[in-house]
Amino acid sequence: MAKITGAEAVVRCLQEEGVKIIFGYPGGAVIDLYDALMDCDITNVLVRHEQAAVHAADGFARVTGEVGVALLTSGPGATNGVTGIATAYCDSIPMVVLTGQVPRALIGNDAFQEVDIVGITRPCTKHNYLVGNLDDLVPTLREAFHVARSGRPGPVLVDLPKDLIASRLTFPDKAPVKMANYQPNYKPHPVQVEKACRKMIEARQPVLYVGGGVILSDASRELTELALSLKIPVTMTLMGLGAFPGTHQLSMGMLGMHGTYTANMAVAESDLLIAVGARFDDRVTGKLSDFATKAEIIHIDIDPTSISKNVKVDVPIVADCKNALRAINSWYASHSEIDLAAAATRLEPWYRQIDQWKERHPLSYTDDPEIIKPQYVVEELCRQTGGEAIISTEVGQNQMWAAQFYTFNHPRHWLTSGGLGTMGYGLPAAIGAQMAFPGRTVIDIAGDGSIQMNIQELATARQYHCPVKVAILNNNYLGMVRQWQELFYDRRYASTTMDIIPDFVDLARAFGAVGLRATRRSEVEPVIREALATDNVVLMDFKIEKEEGVYPMVPAGKATTEMLLV
Amino acid sequence: MKHTLSVLLQNKPGVLSRVTGLFSGRGFNIESLCVAETLDPTVSCMTVVSKGDVGVIEQITKQLHKLIDVIKVTDLSDVPFVEREMVLLRVKAEASTRAEVLRVIDIFRGKVVDVSARSYAIEVTGSASKIEAVIDILRPIGIKEIVRTGVITMARASKNK
Repeated sequence: MAKITGAEAVVRCLQEEGVKIIFGYPGGAVIDLYDALMDCDITNVLVRHEQAAVHAADGFARVTGEVGVALLTSGPGATNGVTGIATAYCDSIPMVVLTGQVPRALIGNDAFQEVDIVGITRPCTKHNYLVGNLDDLVPTLREAFHVARSGRPGPVLVDLPKDLIASRLTFPDKAPVKMANYQPNYKPHPVQVEKACRKMIEARQPVLYVGGGVILSDASRELTELALSLKIPVTMTLMGLGAFPGTHQLSMGMLGMHGTYTANMAVAESDLLIAVGARFDDRVTGKLSDFATKAEIIHIDIDPTSISKNVKVDVPIVADCKNALRAINSWYASHSEIDLAAAATRLEPWYRQIDQWKERHPLSYTDDPEIIKPQYVVEELCRQTGGEAIISTEVGQNQMWAAQFYTFNHPRHWLTSGGLGTMGYGLPAAIGAQMAFPGRTVIDIAGDGSIQMNIQELATARQYHCPVKVAILNNNYLGMVRQWQELFYDRRYASTTMDIIPDFVDLARAFGAVGLRATRRSEVEPVIREALATDNVVLMDFKIEKEEGVYPMVPAGKATTEMLLV
Repeated sequence: MKHTLSVLLQNKPGVLSRVTGLFSGRGFNIESLCVAETLDPTVSCMTVVSKGDVGVIEQITKQLHKLIDVIKVTDLSDVPFVEREMVLLRVKAEASTRAEVLRVIDIFRGKVVDVSARSYAIEVTGSASKIEAVIDILRPIGIKEIVRTGVITMARASKNK
């Protein structure tokens, strides 16, 4: 067989995996790779900063469920990508990051644009590789994709020395990846499944606590089936939004630090907490010793380290969420002697209690006839898009208002940096999503602080005709930190005011995008209408109430029942 | 409580730092660590002694398992095992104490591996507690230098086999 270059082999590996779009930025160490990419059907989206390449690959992966791919050069290219990699790692996003490396003979010599990126990313990748031998190149790339998408997904980095991708090799035949030491457990143990099933029909105050694992394993349908057949109320984590229809009566919305009063009270009072693909993060549990103290806990997760890490679990089920939920649903199906509808009547008092909580403290805010309330902007975005848009967010108040007031009915419509909390995530993630689905409406809900962290990507969006819409909730503050300062630091607003922020309308224009501004409530509706009708990148600058806070709020270290309410 | 974990892992560059990085990054403790190739040169065996309650040791074990290059983790506290450590000691050996030092290392079945006018270098092998004991006994005589290997272990063969 004819020999090809290492770079051509990399491209062929990408094709083997079905990759059509990658995100990257060239440099000396990856010139060969970019050269090889010119001759194939893979589009490289040329970002303006490597962090954005990784976030865009991440956004692409979240909306499609496929492995996102980023290609960065050595040294600063690779280190700029680290925040993106850590973001994907914290949220278990399947991704392969290819980095250039200096030629093998120079490694360790402090060569120009050399960093030990494998060393740097060891704690924030699922696994990583420095390819040292030409023969390992193709098997390593195949393994990287396998590791990234299997088990609990995550980013995998492959470091490619320049001389190696310039060498010639015979492309090996496709072979299944065999890794004796890496065998994720997909199938639930039937004994555990039965135990869980029996507990679920006996519980009097059960709650389904649903996390990002359900989205990652495409298990929304199975989850919804379980919740509806047993009529168990559902709460979702920030990462789990969309796993269960937010408009359904059984939905209690999000739980945790900025979760709904109902969800937090229900978890606190529950006698059986069924955690599915969630990891008992501190933003969910609040003070651990007071978390769900009355509940027995069933925990379904593919990652054994998640189980009993923070909270002791009574019935662990180590399995893929989809498989586990299927097994549970079919257990009930095969026990037709159990009348689920009749059994659900025992939950009537529980529903009444939940309804009371919903009635007493629904998600709310004090609207104003003149001043723009950020919650109103998000509600209006939701209304005008019929709740069907793909929403990305930055991090801070904008993220929490988006989570609270945009109601998600489908999985893979919600892109947010949950674990790492990365400002600057939203715009590049929106571009990644828009590249995957050119025809859909993609909106980045941003703050005036966050948007400045990767604002340069407006150019990328323009270049690739990604008509993303950016809704800036502009309060001229780093609002979430300001809110903490207001509540816990005696209103000392240390370094949370940016005296100079750009005129976003002018800025949009400078990028060839459209800039719109609303300064009064009445302008919000037409601005959004115009933005959604515009086939171009639109930056919407909403001048919102400056000191609006995100509520409910559980102060850090407090029990989740100790919420500050509106 | 102290736990001894025996970890089989792929013998690849960077594997050691994956393991030590896991311990430092997650705040787990390492009392001692020993690593070398096994019969199969593609596989290394690592013996880690760590301290922590049951929950912590469970997390350590699971987190180690999660590393792609880790093949098997055994908590030896669950099974009978043989434990050995070697220490090299340089002990003051002056006219008045030379005989005493030799008597002590004889009791511990140690060996003199280097001699000078004023000191002996001694090798002692045994369980970690035996090593501690010999150090305690020799300390009043005057230990000038200590080098320990850390613990290595092997599970005992099952009696039925």
